[in-house]
Amino acid sequence: MKPVVHATGVRMGYGDTQVLNGVDFTVAPGEVSCVIGPSGSGKSTFLRCVNGLEQVLGGSLRVLDEEVGHSLREGRYRPWTPKEFAVFRQRIGMVFQRFNLFAHQSALENVACAPVHVLGVPADRARVTAMEHLDRVGLAAHAHKRPHQLSGGQQQRVAIARALAMSPELMLFDEPTSALDPELVDEVLEVMRGLAADGMTMVVVTHEIAFAREVGDRLAFFADGVVVESGPPAELLANPGHERTRAFLSSVLSSDNRS
Amino acid sequence: MRTEPFTGPSGEHIPVARARHWGRLAAAAVVTAIAGWLVYLVVVNPRLDWGKVAEYLFNDRILAGIWVTIEISVLATVLGLVLGVVVAIMRLSHNPVLSGLATLYIWFFRGTPVLVQLIFWYNLAFLFPELVLKVPFTTIGVKWDTNLVMTGFTSAMLGLGLNLAAYFAETVRAGIQAVDHGQTEAAYALGMTPAKRMRVIVLPQALRIIIPPTGNEFISMLKTTSLVYVVAGHDLMTNASQIYKANNLIMELLIVASLWYMLMTAVATFLQGRLERRFGSEAVRLVRGGGLAARILPKAAA
Repeated sequence: MKPVVHATGVRMGYGDTQVLNGVDFTVAPGEVSCVIGPSGSGKSTFLRCVNGLEQVLGGSLRVLDEEVGHSLREGRYRPWTPKEFAVFRQRIGMVFQRFNLFAHQSALENVACAPVHVLGVPADRARVTAMEHLDRVGLAAHAHKRPHQLSGGQQQRVAIARALAMSPELMLFDEPTSALDPELVDEVLEVMRGLAADGMTMVVVTHEIAFAREVGDRLAFFADGVVVESGPPAELLANPGHERTRAFLSSVLSSDNRS
Repeated sequence: MRTEPFTGPSGEHIPVARARHWGRLAAAAVVTAIAGWLVYLVVVNPRLDWGKVAEYLFNDRILAGIWVTIEISVLATVLGLVLGVVVAIMRLSHNPVLSGLATLYIWFFRGTPVLVQLIFWYNLAFLFPELVLKVPFTTIGVKWDTNLVMTGFTSAMLGLGLNLAAYFAETVRAGIQAVDHGQTEAAYALGMTPAKRMRVIVLPQALRIIIPPTGNEFISMLKTTSLVYVVAGHDLMTNASQIYKANNLIMELLIVASLWYMLMTAVATFLQGRLERRFGSEAVRLVRGGGLAARILPKAAA
């Protein structure tokens, strides 16, 4: 089967700073790929490149059979228009660290917003579907509430429902539990477990090593803008091949034990 | 301040003496004396005829002028608000020509006195005797005599509206930029185009920040309309001045006009207060997502 994400030598940077120095990374359909690494290693930037929120400067990044940001026409790669970016992103769901729910809309309106305004689904039908998605993340009872009336965990679950409402072929999670109080992490991870069990293709940037071990099909370790190593989570966690991976894991796991 | 008595060693009550603020009393006395003396000088001035003030307060031309003032204020404010949003969006555009043009507009209209602009519009006929609207390279179209179009009323509305748009554009720009960038990213991630993101996600949130200051703009506009008297717009100030030029009761009619301006401002201030209660505090919390105040005072913010 063709990979959903296929990155070879992806480079990206701002001005003089290089953020990605040649990332090689592949995600097969139905696979849950977890990405770990120290802060500043480029793992979030790479995730944002996947749906075109950041522009790749070099290498090749193929996502859902498209070269992100460019189309090959008459022997030349032409940059996408904003409209082409929008159409591409409709196929990919993204969940942010800071939730980014639309502050002026209720939970239900947040979930129904994109189907109505992007896909042109009639409002009443979109609301029914949105209610089903909210029910799936256990928040049907909170449908009328504004984001600021919800806890962080609830907001993140609404954000997941909002992404699912577009029936994405790929879901990206950018540290979805990092901004949450510890007791709210599990309710979000539970929803993500359910998604993985349903066969959703997912890329998850996370600090939750236990989640990666349990749910992930693959685990990639980022450092200094490259993938240092990747493989099945259990193997990589038990037997890291590189010194940097060992150092990172020992620091993360020791802080886990402390808490 | 404590008023409850202390309890002495044998259980008796020992009252608390009232603190005296001699400095405050002295300052209040001096200021009251000066203000009272100034008011007295005006009120009992034999050259000021209060009977005439009462007589002209409900004069037909004064009342007609009030309506024109309100009309010009409302129309100019609406024109300014709509155009201001357009200029603000142009200013924030990635297109350098659009944003450059918006910057130039703002610079020009903020850089020249509104009085100059009013006189300019009123005298537009010197530059363009006829206003022509037609399909280029054809004879299909309509044309008007500029002097008939640019009455005191239309030039006042246009001058004040275009001027307000320049100031308001900066308010709108600040409002748009105050909306968290995460909202934009979420909108893009869901497949919205930049225009849709602006219309569906950013502007509705920015408007909540922008609405309270529009009250200030309107109150200021009510009084700025008095400049219209240089182009004879038949507003409150124009009519008052025409009356006092005929009967020389300058001070009396200025008092009449001021009383009405104060009443209109009071009403507008009251409405602004309601507007702010509707949008103000809630808006800032919604857009800023709680922030520091909410973390320190969760109950007050909730």
